[in-house]
Amino acid sequence: MTERSPLDVKLDIFEGPLDLLLHLIRKNKVDIYDIPIYFITEKYLEYIDMMKTMNLDLAGEFILMAATLIHIKSRMLLPIPEEGVLEEEEGVDPRSELVRRLLEYERYRLAAEELNGRILLGRDVFTRGMTLPLEGISEDYEIALTDLSIFDLMEAFGEIIKKLPKPYQIDLTVDRFRVTDKMNHLLEALSREISITFSDLFPETSTRGEVIVTFLAVLELCKLLMIKVNQTEDGVIRIYRPQEVH
Amino acid sequence: MDKNALKPVIEALIFAADHPVSFERILGVLEGESRDDIKGALKELIEDYRGAQRGVYIEEVSGGYQMRTQSEYSSWIKRLFKIGMQKISKASLETLAMIAYKQPITRAELEGIRGVDSSGVLATLLERRLAKIVGRKDEPGRPIVYGTTKEFLEVFSLKDLSHLPTLKDIESLEEKEIEERYLTGENEGANTEDNSRGRDNIKKEGGGDDPGGEGQGQ
Repeated sequence: MTERSPLDVKLDIFEGPLDLLLHLIRKNKVDIYDIPIYFITEKYLEYIDMMKTMNLDLAGEFILMAATLIHIKSRMLLPIPEEGVLEEEEGVDPRSELVRRLLEYERYRLAAEELNGRILLGRDVFTRGMTLPLEGISEDYEIALTDLSIFDLMEAFGEIIKKLPKPYQIDLTVDRFRVTDKMNHLLEALSREISITFSDLFPETSTRGEVIVTFLAVLELCKLLMIKVNQTEDGVIRIYRPQEVH
Repeated sequence: MDKNALKPVIEALIFAADHPVSFERILGVLEGESRDDIKGALKELIEDYRGAQRGVYIEEVSGGYQMRTQSEYSSWIKRLFKIGMQKISKASLETLAMIAYKQPITRAELEGIRGVDSSGVLATLLERRLAKIVGRKDEPGRPIVYGTTKEFLEVFSLKDLSHLPTLKDIESLEEKEIEERYLTGENEGANTEDNSRGRDNIKKEGGGDDPGGEGQGQ
């Protein structure tokens, strides 16, 4: 794609590589202190592939992390001196630096949650005639995916892609399916119904190109706060209109 | 003036101010009144609001006192201003948390923790005045360092930076093990230190709970 449409999705706005790693670690119930590096690297690269499929503007940080993981993986192949001497300078677990970073980042993620849980001026409490310090969210990308991370969505998308009939040799011309059109379709559908399920968006007859464009439309609408995505307990992902102020 | 006469004056001052009014400021306005009397009246005033069924209350925040609507009535206020949910994005919050706990901090340091480019988020925080440039770091390139603002304390209902919930509390979940295995003591120490050296640390200005504590300041 030489021509960049204004609707290119920039994933780095949502989350970064550390978010993805933490997501993978949690999702696969892996011990963060003993990360199975082969497994996680594989999963991580699957995501990178998926992002490429979607033509997402893959942030350089994601590639850097992939390189880091592969590097760690290769170092893990080297013979370890002996159990229990990890503390020593030469025998440091190659994963330790990554674990340290993950934990440090996780710590601030928790701190951010804690901050968000406080009584916020402009959200929970107000002063007299205040000029609302938190106003102007249009500038910042307010993420409507409060309950669902971008990675959950991508997984759901991956499932749908898998179901598509092969071979998927398609000729994806920009004009055949446009993200703007799909966005409008989706909004139209939502004006008739309160919510639609994620899988409803992808009828079995859709082509790969159409599926991708639809998914990009979902991401874009999330970014613009025009839809809200939620996952019910039984794992069904539903798309809503954003809640009206009551 | 006796206490009962002081109370409505202080109330009026707090009501009229745009931002939290510091104790020193009130003291300055009420020239000639004793520190302890003002402190006592202020304390009673806060209690009065707390005890009564009121739509507003007085919060000690960002080094001063501020009149605010009770959180339980937020939905009515939103209807008044016709605004939706006011939220800060996850990326902004994370970055803000890092700045708050590790200030003064450079952009490179922030990005080191988050693992992603943070220039956009940082610009938003600066624009919203939740963070600010507090100086330059004494190292090659003299990078700019960032810290939190008074507005940050105000928005997050914090008296001062020392009232940030400690990171230690948050991490107590399951981290003992990791500390033994990967972290050296240095990280721990660094954090406590970071808390106390925040540039924007508003000095405690006669906290209402501590009468007589700084009586010699006249």
